[in-house]
Amino acid sequence: MALTLLRGIRTPTLFRTNVGLFCTARHPPLAHFTTRAGGMQTTEPKAAPKSIQQATKEAAEHKTRGFEAVIGIETHVQLSTITKAFCSCPYNYGSQPNSTVCPTCMGHPGTLPVLNAKVVDCAVKLGLALNCEISMTSKFDRKQYFYPDLPKGYQISQFDIPIAEKGYLDLDLPVEFGGGHRRFGITRVHMEEDAGKLLHSESGSYSQVDLNRAGVPLLEIVSEPDMRTGIEAAEYGAEIQRLVRYLGVGNGNMQEGSLRCDVNVSVRPIGQPEFGTKVEVKNMNSFSEISRAIDYEISRQILLHKESQADQIVQETRLWDESSQKTFTMRKKEGLADYRYFPEPDLPEVVLTSEYIDEIRNSMPELPEAKRRRYENMGLSMQDVIFLANDDNVAHFFDATLERGADAKLAANWIMGDITAYLKNEKLSIDEIKLTPLELSELIASIKNGTINGKIGKEILVELIAKGGTVKSVIEEKDLVQIADPAAIEAIVDQVLADNPKQLEQYRAGKTKLQGFFAGQVMKASKGKASPVLLNKILAEKLKGNQ
Amino acid sequence: MPPPLQAHRMLLSHRRASPIPRRRFTAAVSSLPSAPAKTLAPGPGPSSILSIRESLLSGERTAADITAEYLSRLRRTEPIVRSFIHVADAAAEREAQELDRRIASGGQDAVGPLAGVLVGVKDNLCTANMPSTGGSRILDGYQPAYDATAVRRLREAGAIVVGKTNLDEFGMGSTTEGSGFQVTTNPWDDSRVPGGSSGGSASAVSARQCVVSLGSDTGGSVRQPASFCGVVGLKPTYGRVSRYGLMAYASSLDVVGCFGSSVVDTATMLSVIAGHDKMDSTSSSHDVPDYRSDLVSLNLLESKPLNNLRIGIIQETLGDGVDTGVISSIKAAASHLEQLGSVVEEVSLPSFSLGLPAYYILASSEASSNLSRYDGIRYGRQVSADDLNELYGDSRSNGLGHEVKMRILMGTYALSAGYYDAYYKRAQQVRTLVKKSFEEALRRYDILVSPAAPSAAYKIGEKANDPLAMYAGDIMTVNVNLAGLPALVVPCGFVDGGSAGLPVGLQMIGSPFSEGNLLRVGHIFEQTLQDFSFVPPLLADS
Repeated sequence: MALTLLRGIRTPTLFRTNVGLFCTARHPPLAHFTTRAGGMQTTEPKAAPKSIQQATKEAAEHKTRGFEAVIGIETHVQLSTITKAFCSCPYNYGSQPNSTVCPTCMGHPGTLPVLNAKVVDCAVKLGLALNCEISMTSKFDRKQYFYPDLPKGYQISQFDIPIAEKGYLDLDLPVEFGGGHRRFGITRVHMEEDAGKLLHSESGSYSQVDLNRAGVPLLEIVSEPDMRTGIEAAEYGAEIQRLVRYLGVGNGNMQEGSLRCDVNVSVRPIGQPEFGTKVEVKNMNSFSEISRAIDYEISRQILLHKESQADQIVQETRLWDESSQKTFTMRKKEGLADYRYFPEPDLPEVVLTSEYIDEIRNSMPELPEAKRRRYENMGLSMQDVIFLANDDNVAHFFDATLERGADAKLAANWIMGDITAYLKNEKLSIDEIKLTPLELSELIASIKNGTINGKIGKEILVELIAKGGTVKSVIEEKDLVQIADPAAIEAIVDQVLADNPKQLEQYRAGKTKLQGFFAGQVMKASKGKASPVLLNKILAEKLKGNQ
Repeated sequence: MPPPLQAHRMLLSHRRASPIPRRRFTAAVSSLPSAPAKTLAPGPGPSSILSIRESLLSGERTAADITAEYLSRLRRTEPIVRSFIHVADAAAEREAQELDRRIASGGQDAVGPLAGVLVGVKDNLCTANMPSTGGSRILDGYQPAYDATAVRRLREAGAIVVGKTNLDEFGMGSTTEGSGFQVTTNPWDDSRVPGGSSGGSASAVSARQCVVSLGSDTGGSVRQPASFCGVVGLKPTYGRVSRYGLMAYASSLDVVGCFGSSVVDTATMLSVIAGHDKMDSTSSSHDVPDYRSDLVSLNLLESKPLNNLRIGIIQETLGDGVDTGVISSIKAAASHLEQLGSVVEEVSLPSFSLGLPAYYILASSEASSNLSRYDGIRYGRQVSADDLNELYGDSRSNGLGHEVKMRILMGTYALSAGYYDAYYKRAQQVRTLVKKSFEEALRRYDILVSPAAPSAAYKIGEKANDPLAMYAGDIMTVNVNLAGLPALVVPCGFVDGGSAGLPVGLQMIGSPFSEGNLLRVGHIFEQTLQDFSFVPPLLADS
C-alpha cells in the first residue's frame, strides 16, 4: 500500500522548491573541493582548488567592474535524532524504501503528531551556537501544498514565531582565499519535518514514493543576505556543517542530503541600495559546488547587466549542473506561492524555561569560533588555527596533547605534518589511530630533552600510530635511545674514518663537502641514534684534528 | 403512577414499551419517592451496562445470549434505521463466546468494566479489524492499521464493537444525510433525520441496536443527534478523551463523545475512554474520576438533591428561531431543576450569536488542511490520470462529497493570503470572546442550560438544499466547542411529530473538566423525570 505507483506523471512537474529532490542518489558522488588548511570536511584530498581561486578571482574582477553580488542562504540541517520528529520511527539513510514508516509519518487518517523533545534540544543548541535569541514560547504551523512525497498535504513547520532568531555566525576565510574574518547575520532558525522522496522510473512513465524520510526532523537556518562571493557562501555552509558536527545534532553529510543549501543570488551596481532581482540556485552537493555555482551565477547576471539585458534576470529557481559547470532554469516563479500557513492545532506551544536554556548552554562544547580565537592567542598562524580548529576530532586531539604539557607550536607541527600525512595515506581520521595525545606529548618531550633525535621521533610516531604502545616502550624495545656519550660517538667516528681512507684523503685534499658523507656514515653506523649535534661537533674536530 | 425508570426495565427485560404515558409541555416533575423503588437493585442507577455486568457475573445470562439479543434487534431494525455502515456481527458473536469462556475459567477477574457491552463506533474512528471510511467514498474499503485510543480502551475494558455507525462525511453535517453511503433515519419517525453528524451512533443507541456508542463532536455532532433521537449524549471537555484515531475534521474543536440510553451508562463509558494519551499531545492529564460511582441513586437522594446548585438558562437560546415546543420543554426542564432545589436564573451571553460564523470559518479552515491527506496517493480511491494535478483533482472530486468540498473551499479561502486576517484571525478573536463570556457566566453559575437544537428532528431532505438553514441549526452547540467546555444532553421532553412525539434534549454546559458534576446533575434529572419514556416507537412495533 505504501509503495504507490503514480502513473504517467510528467517528470518536470515533480521539481519543487521545498523538497530536496536533488540530493538523491541520482547524481554520482562529485569531487569536493579541498583547501589545504581550509578544514572543510572532504573525502577527496586532492581536488583542485585552482579553479575556485580562479573563479573567485573572476568574480572579484566582475566586482571591480562596478557590480556586487548579494547572497543569502537557506540551509536545511537534518537532525540525527534516534526517532523522527513526530512519531517513533527510526531513520537510517539508505534503508529499504518504506521500511521505516508508521501510520503517523505516512499521514494515515486519525494520526497525530507528538513532538520529539530531542528536536527542541537540537534547535536550542544550534540557536545558541548561532548567537540567536531563543523564543521562550514558539509554536508550530502548517505549510500547505500538495505533493506525493508530503503525506499529510502539509508540512509541520514554524512560521511567524521561530524557535530562534536574530543571530550571527563568525568565521575565518581560508588564507589561500585571501583570509579575513567575517560575520554573517542569521535571520532565523526553525524546526520542521522533512518530506519523503520520489523515485522516478527510467522511462519517466511512473514514479514511486519512499516515505522513509518523511517526518525526519530538520532545522532550517535562514541567513541574512550578507555574503558577497561564492567562497564566502561556501565557507558559511562549511561553518554551519562544523557547528552541526561539533554540537552532535546531525552528521552534516551533503551527499546524503543531511545538509542542503539553497542559495539566493542577486547582483546590483555598486552603490545602489536596492537589491537586484534574486535567483534561487539549488542542487549543489558540496561546498566547492556552492562556490562555483554562485560565482557562475554572479557572472551570468553581471553579464546580462552589462549587455543591458538586466530584465532577463527573473525570479526563478535554477539548478547547478556539475558536468557543464553552469546553472539552468528549473522553474520560473509565477507569483508567490500561497502556503496558507496557520497554527498547527495538533501540537501545543513549545514553552521553554530559562533553566532549560541555561542547562543546554552549559552542556555545549567549545565551538569552532571560540577555538580559533583561543589558538590564535597561542601565537599559532591563521593557517594552523583554521586547520586545527575546524575539525572537532583534530581540535580535541590537539587540546589533549597540550593538556599533557606539549608545546603548542611543536604539537601543531606534528599533527599537521606527519600525522596528517599518515591519515591521508591510510584514509583514517585522527580518532581512529592508536596514537594517544599523551604519547604525542611524550614524544615531543623526548626529543626536546635529547632522549631521542627528531629522525627517530618520526619512526617512533609511525610505530605508535599503527600499533600503539608508549614512547618509552618503543625506545627501550628497539634500543633507540640517542647516543649522547661523546666517547661512544668518537669511537664510531674513528671507525668510519678508518673504513673510508679514500674519502678521507679526498676531504683533506680540499673536498670538504664530504663532511656530509661522513656524517651520514656515522649516523648509519649508530643506527640513527647518534646525537646529531655531538656527531657533527666530534666529526668536525676529528676531520680537522688529524690534519 | 408507574414506578420510575420503567422504560429501562422494560428494555432490559424485553417487554414492549407501550403505551408511553407522558405529559407534554408541562413540568414533568413528580414528587420524589419516599421509599426506594422496589424494582431497583441497589446501586448507582438504571443502567444497561450494570445490568449486563450483573447478569454475566451471576451467570444468569451469557455474553453470547446478550449479543444475540442485540444482534437480532439490530437485524430487525436496521433495514429501517440504517445506522451502520459496517456490522461486525460474526466478530461480535466470536468475542462474546470468547468472553463466556474467560468468565467460565477465570470468573469475575476476567470481566472488565464493559464486559459483554455492545458498542457502536462512529465510522470516523479508526478500527484495526473493520473498515473505517469516515462516511466518505474516498476511503471506501480503507482499513486502518490501528485502533483509535477510545476504541482500544473500550476493547480493553471488555466491550464488543458491533459495527461502524453512519455519519455525515468526515463529520460535516447535521443530518447524516451527508454520508457517502446511506441515509440513516430517526427511530422515532423514519421520515425524519437522526441529526448529525453522529446520527448513526445516536440512532443505534435509540433503537437499542447496541448498548452505548462512540461519536465525535466538533460543533454539536453528539449533542444534536442525542436530542433528536432521545438518548443521552456527552461532549467531554476538549482534551478529556484522546483524539488519536479520530479522523480529524477541525482539530482544535474535535472531541470524542459518547451516547447511552442513560446517564449512568454514559458516565461508565467516559471513565473508560477519558485520560491522557501519549499519542495525542492535546489530551489532558487532568485526573479521571470514577464518574459512575459518583452518581447517587434515586433511593438515596435527599428531597432537594440539587440544593446550592446555581443554574443559568442562556437567554439567547430561547428567542427567535427556536421552536416554541422546544422552548416549552426547556422551560419545563428548568422548573424541574428548580424543584430539585437548584436556583435557576436567566443569563445573557452577549457573544452567543457570533459563535456560529466564527465556528464555520475556523472549522472549515482546519478541515481544508486536515482533509488534504485524502489525495488518493497512499490509500483510498485513486483515479488514474496523465498528470499529477489531474490525479489529485480527479481522485478528490470523485471521492469527496458536495458538503465536504464546499467546506474545503471555504476554509482554503479563509486561509488564503490577504484574507487570513479578515477571516481566520478574526474568527480566533471571536473565539476568545466566546470563551471569556462563558468563563464569566460559569463563575456565577455552576451549570448553564439551553436546548441542544432549535427544533426537534426535521424531515429528511428538508434542509438538504439549504446549507445555511442547516448551519443555523448548530447555533445551540458550536459555542461550547469554541470554548472547549463539556456539555451533557439529556432527553427532557417531547414535541409533536411522528407517531409518538419527537424527543427534545436539554443541554447542560459546565466548566472545563466538570463532567462529573454534569453527569451527577443529569443523573438526578433523568431519574426524577418520571412521566417520560424515551424508548422509540420503533421498538414497540415488534
